[in-house]
Order: sequence, then structure tokens, then C-alpha cells
Amino acid sequence: MMTERGITPSQTVGPFFAYCLTPEAYGTRGIASSEVATADAAGTRIRIEGRVIDGAGEAVPDAMIEIWQADGEGRYPDHAANAAFRGFGRAETDAHGRFAFTTVKPGPVPGADGSAHAPHIAVSVFARGLLNRLATRLYFEDEPANETDPVLARVPAERRATLLARRTAPDAYAFDIRLQGEGETVFFEI
Amino acid sequence: MSQPPAGVERRAYPRESLAAHPPNDAPAYASTRLRAPRKPLVILPHTLTELTGPVYGHESVAPGENDLTTRHDGAPLGERIVVTGRVLDEDGRPVPHTLIEIWQANSAGRYVHANDRHDAPLDPNFTGAGRVVTDASGAYTFTTIKPGAYPWRNHHNAWRPAHIHFSLFGPSFLTRLVTQMYFPGDPLLALDPIYQAIPDAAARVRLVSDFEIETTKPEWALGYRFDIVLRGRAATPMEDPHDD
Repeated sequence: MMTERGITPSQTVGPFFAYCLTPEAYGTRGIASSEVATADAAGTRIRIEGRVIDGAGEAVPDAMIEIWQADGEGRYPDHAANAAFRGFGRAETDAHGRFAFTTVKPGPVPGADGSAHAPHIAVSVFARGLLNRLATRLYFEDEPANETDPVLARVPAERRATLLARRTAPDAYAFDIRLQGEGETVFFEI
Repeated sequence: MSQPPAGVERRAYPRESLAAHPPNDAPAYASTRLRAPRKPLVILPHTLTELTGPVYGHESVAPGENDLTTRHDGAPLGERIVVTGRVLDEDGRPVPHTLIEIWQANSAGRYVHANDRHDAPLDPNFTGAGRVVTDASGAYTFTTIKPGAYPWRNHHNAWRPAHIHFSLFGPSFLTRLVTQMYFPGDPLLALDPIYQAIPDAAARVRLVSDFEIETTKPEWALGYRFDIVLRGRAATPMEDPHDD
């Protein structure tokens, strides 16, 4: 009989993670980057751009965003490294709170009972002042499947728009993350 | 999920375990005031998106990346230490072949970061970032320098206890963990609003490593043990296949 034990608690990522987690500015390679899919990956290539904004409406210049998503066919990769489609991306925010990823638009993902979930991207936010990773989801505003998505259905209707990335160009979406205050992004307990 | 696709490990992730984490809203930690969400979290059922996750295995780490003392021409200043432990799940089973990333201040309490203004010297032989992948038994080892405490502006005369930042993936999106390892007997722990934000004392002390003479290397380095428990219980094939 194994001894049961509690999990290790979370602590903030703090302000000084970049040299390890997002080290491109320091001239070294991280395990992941903002390129979730290379040009060789199948699917509709898109760019996702956004800002992280605090409760005073100010930019958050020291956050790290991670994303995890299925490929264009709705399949999750079983290996993240050295593939055209990695499924996972990591980006730090700049002085203006901005981040960006290049990827392909995910396909619908199968749910329990075989129903399809609307295309979405899992998003994690880490920053100084966040004792836990904040989990949210990015959906696409122009996706008809949103109407029947069981996760979106759990989100109060008046807050649902905070999860919808706006199409700003044929191949670009904008997704801002408001940590607190007016238009606060929906965060999930996962 | 009725049937996870091949390759997706069936694992239970009880939500009660989340009680170990600090609340987002912790006013004594000043940076939470404008950053912690104010609205309640929405409960997300665990779908395929959460039950899968990125896999970074042994190919993602180069040999020697777990020794932070040999990354430059000379030896770094400070107290050389070995940090070792196992990554386990909530049933005490090992989490093998999972990536751990660490970063830390140097022995003087200074980070290699453009925004670290602490008036303490940088060490040209220490940049303070390392990686390792756990072995088949979930074990890992880093060799590094004991980080120094450093002042921060949270409140008057605020000092962070010496710590090493840890980032882990585990088998799914749900097991992702970023935390900090502390050192035993540090008087600053009692005064630190980040450490003290964890409400349960029994959970809090899991972040404090143990000094271990068996890990200590004679004539070389002090040894510390830091085991990490990620979310998740072993696969439970007997459970109701229609639950969510």
C-alpha cells in the first residue's frame, strides 16, 4: 500500500524566469518557443497576438504565456519536440504586455460521448503576483461550433466574449487577457 | 471521458488536492493586488485537452544541463550543493521521464536578469538555469550553488528566503507545476508572504527541502532532498466509465 500524500503547492514564477524559461533574449535556446507549428505543419497557419492587462488597465510586462492545442485535425501530439507541429508554445510578454504565437488553427476535439468540442486552445498565465498558474481557453469568434460547445456553455453568457479571439486579419486573431477588473477574463479551475 | 485515445494515460485528478495551493488573492503579497482575478473560477470538466500535455523527454536536455556549476569557464562562488529528489504522483508512484527546469539567484542573491536591480555582484561563472529529465524511478539530481537571500520591495525590509524555482510538466496539462524550493531552518520563511500564502502548514513545509548527509558528497557539496508530488492518482480502471 503506497502512502498517500498531498501535492506540492504552487508558488509564483516571479519576475526573473526569463533566463531559464524564455531565454531567447539572452541568446540561448529554451525547450519551447512561440512557434507552436512550423511552416511545414499541415493546417491553416495563424498568428495569435494579445496583451496581458492588470486590474488598473496597465500592461503586464513580465508574464509568461503557455498554450497547448490540438493540430488542424483535432489530434494532440504525443511528442512536443522536433516535430512540425509541437502543440505547445511559450512566450513572454514584452514591455507593453504583448505576446504572440504562430501556430495552426486547431480542429474540433472529440469529447466524451463522441460529440465534438469547438476548436480551442488551452492557455496558462504565469507572472509575478500570480501564486498559481491561471488557466483559461481561447476560442475563435468566427467558429459556429462555439454555439454548442459544452465548456463555453458553463461560462456565464455575459462573460463568454472574454474567451473569444477576435479575427483581425485573414490569418490573425487577437486575444487579450485581463487579469482583473472590467472585462476580467474567465479563468477556470481545472 | 468514456475512452481516452491510445496513448493517453487514464489517471484520476481529484479536485480536493487543489486545496494545497495558495489562494490567488493574498493581500500580504503586494503584487497580487492588481493581478489576482476577482471573479470566481469556472469549474472546467477534464476533457482531452486537459488530460493530454506536452511531452519533453530526454532528447530535450543536453548532457550537463543539470550541473549549474560547470556551465562557464570557471567555478562559481558560493556554497556548492546537490539537490536531489523524486517526482511522484498522489499515490506515491514515480513520474518518470518528465522535464524539470530550475532557475535561481547566485550566491550573492542576484539573478541574471535585466530587471534585477539588487546591488549585489553578478558572478561571471554562474547564470543560474538548469534542466533535467527524471529517470525511470522519477529521480532527478541538480548540482548548483546555494542561492543567496535578496531584498524585494514588497514591504519595509522585505527579504526573500533563499529559494530555487522549479518548473515541471508531468503527464498532462493538469500536472503542470511552477513552485519554489526552500532551505531548512531559514528564518526568513516565517516572514515571507509568498511562502506564507499557502494556508495549510502541512502543505507549506513540503516546499522546504531536507538536509541529507547521505546525499552530501565528502569534500565536495552539501546535499538536500526535495521530493515533488504532482496532481494525479494512478489509473483507476474500476471507476464508472461514464463519469466526467
